[in-house]
Amino acid sequence: MNHPPGSSPASRRTGRLLAAGALVHGLLLACVAVTLVPFFWLVTSALKNKTDFFASVFLPRGPGLFGVAWDRLTLENFHRLFAELPMLRAIINSFFLSASLSLVATLFCAMGGYALAKYPFRGRRTLTACVLAAAIIPPSLLLAPGFELIWHLGLLDTYAGFLLPGLAPAFGVFLFRQAMLNSVPAELIESARLDGCGEVRIFFELVLPLVRPMVGAFIILSFLGTWNNFIGPQLILQSVDHHPLAVAINNLRGVYGTDYGLVLSGTLVSIAPIMALFLLLQREFITGLTAGAVKA
Amino acid sequence: MKTPSSAPAVRSAPPFPRWAPWLFAAPWLLVFGTFVAWPLVRSLMLSFMQTFGPGTTTYVGWDNFRYLFHDPLFYRALWNTFLFTLGSVFIQLPIALALALLLNRPTLRGRSVYRLLFFLPSLVGLVFAGVLVAIMFEKRTGLVDAGLHAVFTRWDPDFPWLEQYVMPSLIIAGVWLYAGFNMVYFLAALQHVSSELLDAAAIDGAGPWQRFWHVTLPEIRPVAGLVVLLSVAGSFQLFELPYIMFNTTGNPAGPDNSALTVVMYLYQMGFMSGDLGYASAIGWVLAVLLMGLAALQRWLARREEY
Repeated sequence: MNHPPGSSPASRRTGRLLAAGALVHGLLLACVAVTLVPFFWLVTSALKNKTDFFASVFLPRGPGLFGVAWDRLTLENFHRLFAELPMLRAIINSFFLSASLSLVATLFCAMGGYALAKYPFRGRRTLTACVLAAAIIPPSLLLAPGFELIWHLGLLDTYAGFLLPGLAPAFGVFLFRQAMLNSVPAELIESARLDGCGEVRIFFELVLPLVRPMVGAFIILSFLGTWNNFIGPQLILQSVDHHPLAVAINNLRGVYGTDYGLVLSGTLVSIAPIMALFLLLQREFITGLTAGAVKA
Repeated sequence: MKTPSSAPAVRSAPPFPRWAPWLFAAPWLLVFGTFVAWPLVRSLMLSFMQTFGPGTTTYVGWDNFRYLFHDPLFYRALWNTFLFTLGSVFIQLPIALALALLLNRPTLRGRSVYRLLFFLPSLVGLVFAGVLVAIMFEKRTGLVDAGLHAVFTRWDPDFPWLEQYVMPSLIIAGVWLYAGFNMVYFLAALQHVSSELLDAAAIDGAGPWQRFWHVTLPEIRPVAGLVVLLSVAGSFQLFELPYIMFNTTGNPAGPDNSALTVVMYLYQMGFMSGDLGYASAIGWVLAVLLMGLAALQRWLARREEY
């Protein structure tokens, strides 16, 4: 069905090439359609009332433009979402948790990675081994003891209880270590020291700007990870006022189970900010996510 | 690193203060010690205990593991997790590779747009995806049955995905979510396959399939090995997707426990039944399984080098 890359030596007839090109685009467009249809369905479902949800797959049929009853589309689901439910609070919580965690985690990981990459000190090998070991621990192994610890510390149902354990993920330290090994020359740091520049200033003014792509990618990676995290806030943040969207959506579905329009509009509201960020910062997203997955 | 031994440096750089690396490593060390190293030790201790919520623990020796190895629900969870992993490796990854092959043509217009669109679903968090997918797979009203019925009129609009075809629906959801994500890796690897090698094979009369099997695939094997490993590790941690999908039915493990995964069982044992000890034992079995798989992958990769 598909052709291996670079399969056409220069001598092939152009007619065949054009046909192959059309076939490739046709296949790709079909795949794009399958990829995007759920999003389109999500948007249209959120805009329909209950009757129309069951009566039509996408847009309700009617006498309007393209045979669609545009006037039957409604924002009522969104209205109810914000009027009847603590949705706004959940959005604010999600933004607050994701933003604070991603900024602090990026700073701490960059600092840790810098120590491991650029300082020859006793214990460096041991610490690097710890980073690598910590990065491959399955997170679910730490759920039970982590929950117990947060309970003992009296941090259950506090933002701190959720944020503190995530402030310096090992794979972040590892990613920054690699980035600094690759793109921060030792000579530069040494000459800055010669010029009497302090260690902290070297880090902030010389080293961080050199690994800027990784800084951007890692902020996004941890923002996305926190935004989409369910199990952490579900266990730690128990009162409704503290719930981020991931937990709020699960509860919304539990209470309004078959009110599909309402549940789907909540889902749309939850993923729309991430999609918007993605369209703004595509390159950082793709670097960050693919780098993030290489952690193991 | 340059260490000139013969020619003495004109000006030797001042050494760094001894506290400097420790200052930079301190935040990570604190978090690591408190929230990783200690919980790791503690989870080993817990796996030999029974708890009734945090705070009340009794030492039970090997009982947790003894019980675990005779626990039909655990085996059920392991089997389901294994099936999903098979689906990821043998259905999702080939689709990802096929997409990458389609995209990997220098003359293709709009390649970055395609890549962007295929990547989109992987940004949707598993909770949100779980809600969306659950409603999509509803009988008759859901997009899947309605859409299939619209395209193939003979498709039964009451096809019971969530009632009887739980694993296929989970695997299909997995394909939608992550095929585009894995495609990015394959595409990056394909771009490093030497075109001279492919041209040479073509001149020698190798057809498209032969070139794929004998040139392209061996060239991308290291990346493919990594993608398989990451996919397996990720699939073994499957939790939110099935949990959210079946949460409203009263049993998040799905009909007849067909959506129960290892991590879901861990979650239910630890936080629904309140036995953090048994949950820790499940966690350790999972960790050992994953380490075994990683070791196997490394061994296979190394054996291939010779």
